[in-house]
Amino acid sequence: MSAPDGLVTYGDEQQERVGFFTDTSVCIGCKACEVACKEWNLIPEDGLSWTGNSYDNTGELSANTWRHVAFVEQEKPLLTNGNGETGLRWLMESDVCKHCTHAACLDVCPTGSLFRTEFGTVVVQQDICNGCGYCVPACPFGVLDKRHLAPAPDLPAFAKEDGRVWKCTLCYDRLKGGHEPACAKACPTKSIQFGPLDELRERADARLAKLDAEGWNGAQLYGRDPDDGVGGFGAFFLLLDEPEVYGLPPDPVVTTRDLPEMWTNMLAAAGALVVGVAAAFVGSRS
Amino acid sequence: MPGLGTSFGRGGATTFQQDLQNSDCIVIMGSNMAENHPVGFQWVMEARERGAKVIHVDPRFTRTSAMATKHVGIRAGSDIAFLGGIANYILEHDLYFREYVAKYTNAPVIIDERFVDTEDADGLFSGWDPEAGRYDIESWRYEGMEVHGAAGQRGEGFEPRGEQSGHGAAGGGLHHGEPPVEDPELEHPRCVLQILKRHYRRYTPEFVAETCGCSVEDFVEVCQTLVENSGRERTSAFCYAVGWTQHTTGVQTIRSAAIVQQLLGNIGRPGGGIMALRGHASIQGSTDIPTLFNILPGYLPMPHTLSYSKLENFIDANTSPTGWWGNFEAYWVSLMKAYFGEHATVENDWLFDLLPRIDSDNSAYFTVQQMLAGNVKGYIIAGENPAVGHANGKAHRLGLAKLDWLVVRDIVEIESASFWYDSPEIESGELETEAIATEVFFLPAATHTEKDGSFTNTQRLLQWHWQAVEPKEDCRSELWFYFHLGRLIKQKLEDSEEERDTLIKALRWEYPTHSQIQEPAAEAVLQEVNGWEIESGKFLSGYPELKDDGSTLCGCWIYSGCFTDGVNQTARKKPHWEQESYVAPEWAWAWPANRRIIYNRASADPDGNPWSERKRYVWWDGDEGKWTGLDVPDFKEDKEPGYVPPEGSGAEDAIAGDHPFIMQADGRAWLYVAQGLEDGPLPTHYEPHESPFDNPLYSQRANPRRQQNKDLAEDPYNPVADEPGSEIYPYVVTTYRLTEHHTAGGMTRTVPYLAELQPEMFCEVHPDLAREVGLEHGGWATIYTSRSAIEARVLVTDRIRPLRMNGREVHQVGLPYHWGGRGLVTGDSANDLAHMALDPNVHIQEVKAFTCGIRPGRRPRGPELPRFVAELRDQAHSRREQDPRIEPEEARKT
Repeated sequence: MSAPDGLVTYGDEQQERVGFFTDTSVCIGCKACEVACKEWNLIPEDGLSWTGNSYDNTGELSANTWRHVAFVEQEKPLLTNGNGETGLRWLMESDVCKHCTHAACLDVCPTGSLFRTEFGTVVVQQDICNGCGYCVPACPFGVLDKRHLAPAPDLPAFAKEDGRVWKCTLCYDRLKGGHEPACAKACPTKSIQFGPLDELRERADARLAKLDAEGWNGAQLYGRDPDDGVGGFGAFFLLLDEPEVYGLPPDPVVTTRDLPEMWTNMLAAAGALVVGVAAAFVGSRS
Repeated sequence: MPGLGTSFGRGGATTFQQDLQNSDCIVIMGSNMAENHPVGFQWVMEARERGAKVIHVDPRFTRTSAMATKHVGIRAGSDIAFLGGIANYILEHDLYFREYVAKYTNAPVIIDERFVDTEDADGLFSGWDPEAGRYDIESWRYEGMEVHGAAGQRGEGFEPRGEQSGHGAAGGGLHHGEPPVEDPELEHPRCVLQILKRHYRRYTPEFVAETCGCSVEDFVEVCQTLVENSGRERTSAFCYAVGWTQHTTGVQTIRSAAIVQQLLGNIGRPGGGIMALRGHASIQGSTDIPTLFNILPGYLPMPHTLSYSKLENFIDANTSPTGWWGNFEAYWVSLMKAYFGEHATVENDWLFDLLPRIDSDNSAYFTVQQMLAGNVKGYIIAGENPAVGHANGKAHRLGLAKLDWLVVRDIVEIESASFWYDSPEIESGELETEAIATEVFFLPAATHTEKDGSFTNTQRLLQWHWQAVEPKEDCRSELWFYFHLGRLIKQKLEDSEEERDTLIKALRWEYPTHSQIQEPAAEAVLQEVNGWEIESGKFLSGYPELKDDGSTLCGCWIYSGCFTDGVNQTARKKPHWEQESYVAPEWAWAWPANRRIIYNRASADPDGNPWSERKRYVWWDGDEGKWTGLDVPDFKEDKEPGYVPPEGSGAEDAIAGDHPFIMQADGRAWLYVAQGLEDGPLPTHYEPHESPFDNPLYSQRANPRRQQNKDLAEDPYNPVADEPGSEIYPYVVTTYRLTEHHTAGGMTRTVPYLAELQPEMFCEVHPDLAREVGLEHGGWATIYTSRSAIEARVLVTDRIRPLRMNGREVHQVGLPYHWGGRGLVTGDSANDLAHMALDPNVHIQEVKAFTCGIRPGRRPRGPELPRFVAELRDQAHSRREQDPRIEPEEARKT
């Protein structure tokens, strides 16, 4: 189940599948990814409110935030060998759309606005999106979100009331031009690595082995496994604790996984109903 | 940076950030490198990946601590105790790199018998003059030598003082004559090494733990890690920033690190060094080609009214008989030729008599006091926001309101430009717009993308940048402003007969301009900075080509070589992966002479061979008869390791072949600084100007030489230590920056993408302190000192731990200082709380450690605010007056 849905339809135009490997063990929480993303993609400011949640004033991924750095303050040593004398650690993780192998948002989009690109990524076409919002509850990570902003007449990009869905495109325009996405380019410590997914997975395995050998506490890969509930992420992570600690679902499942079965069951039920009702009429006549 | 300047000879980082990847241990102290230098921090991460130990010593657990392999929390303002403890550990256990120390430092030099250490005089060095409040440094000198400033002040009737080395880039010089008296065995009781041993003897791990609030085990682990990772095979680096400098003992803190790194043999070697991290894109540049009142480009001193009547005296006073400062006259004359062209001649002493003189301290903090006294008429602020960024912001705003006129050049209307209608003092009624006579001119500035130019970064690297777009509307570059200002002034004075206008009339002011707005060509300025031979017009390839006969012209001697062969060397952008080594000499250009690690002769042993294969960098190639290696050798290329200076030789020729510190008069790094510092030849622990403790070492509590403003009503101080009244201000406060904002916030609070990431002023406190005073996470706190009170949102966090020392628990309050009254996100300014007591060497404020009180809730508004502050202050001061405890320095006016 590792080929992303829809990718093969590109035929000759199909490219090597690319993605992100976000290695949180070297993330310094500088938020350069958040800013670079906004600069490149012309994303509007997302509220000037202080959260009090460590140094995270972004809160979550949304229509106006496509990279989000989570900050987790913990009483846990960094290493398991007892050298983490203070017992204090500060985890930082740059979250992003997972570009799932099996993406529910694609399945439910009625307009075809959401599509699988030739790079295997998942992108919303803003000129087609009608803002129906079906994809919003379909995403197991809460990535998809509708943009609600007051129009800003002096900024051409934001002159009109919006209401459409916006999310990370893995910088589709930059990929087309042969460039890496803005966040990966801006990351000073190579916490965000961009590249062919197969290569990234190999790199991640080696990285995990190194951290394990060094005794890092809680190091684990998240979304690397092609056999997980979404067929593996196109953008996966190395975490230093359980996914829940970072606000990520521990065992994400493509929300449309059971749809065919549900439809079958429903059709069967509906059929049975029709048969029953018909039978009742037939019965009443007689 | 006199800390580095007096120790090694040049006031710049000794290494470059890319080289940190070769370190086996990196100590980051006085810096939050991951947050404030995230791009450079990648090399620390690289070193960590290669197995290096990364140690962060800091009052707070920051994003840097989170990446370190070890974090040690200490009390803000106790750095010298910690570093002195490391020095003691090394000396006590004989763990210093003996061959390096004996040959490359002044450890063997014997000091004058009149020298008395602080350990023997209760916290004062010999020569203290209580009347003048300063040291006579006569007794600090090398035995048998007269004190002599390399770029200093020595003139008729002018007593030698510490402050003699400009901005400290110049190593202090020694007088003509014999080499120093030495004991190569390092055993003479008055040799520097033995003085050091005695000086630091009491800095035991237990003393460090009690003074800094860390554990003995943590401290010893740091010492052991450093020692294990230093020597022939391994090297350790120190990184620091303003967490070290912004203290009344800032320069001496850096000196402490210089001593530790000398003892461990880590200077001039790959993976070693002291990395001075600078907080602005071109702050190094702003001292190299200075915006300071007391130095001229290349750290040449500004003539002083008291010291020099004649050029001859000036040149003599500043020429070191030995070392590269021996060519002072060539640097000076070439600068005068750059300024005045054919008008400066040998006959008229290169116009020396007409040059302006400084007659007092004209630093920013002194000038503010002069403003408050009504003595300053006009002021130009460019690239600075004193109303938010300087200590005691209120004093600055009140001072600005007493000017006749004020020019502010900035990219946005900052608080320093708007103080007259929307400052906190307008809100409180202490200032009234109608009553302010200051005429304020706000001149919009072009940004870096709207102009050509260079930045000199934290590692002495000059990097050129090009204009991308024309500046909008009235926005103009700094270059445009000063060029046209000068042009118009010259025009107006064209026909003046006044003698005082001679210099302006003589000024060379010929720069080509381009574009509709007549922007001067930045490259033409760089060419002048590099210098050329006047007759042929040939660009110089470096400062050794400068002449003292007026045949060369050079705007900044240390930058000479940046335009070699008529090519803008600073504009080179060849990435390191396309070059032979990581040193990447073809990326931009570093002063001096494109050297990336300076004093790199020290990377080889006295015979010129690498100390080890693992740490080879620059070495002597006997076959070729020259120095070679990965970097440009910081040594005369063909001077053999065994070279002994012939008798009577001067300047560079007087430096021996095994003396790597070529800017120093004796070619050695200085463990002991005989000359060049105001507050002592060795660092010693003093408490901050405001702290909750007495000095555990001496009855002399704080730096006796610190600059205070005792008679200035606008700069009152909190009672300290166990003085009655100090309980009103019981906590240690430290200020700092966040990744998301830049200094006083003018460039970031106005940018939505950054403002949203840190949208509000907050304070960081430990849960215990929150419980103690009733602070609620997410709620508001009022923080107060004798100067002012501010409010901030409360961030309760375990990252600021209370420390136990002297049987007491001490809480620290963390305050970022980015906010002010303007921009997309606004808030109170932390600097309003700070005082203006200064380091005596560089006049830097102590905003990294002072005392405060904190209580829940928002601060009083309007006129209630100054009343609130005054009531607490009066209470504190009246308690103190009822029980006066005179400090030794109390009687001294400084």
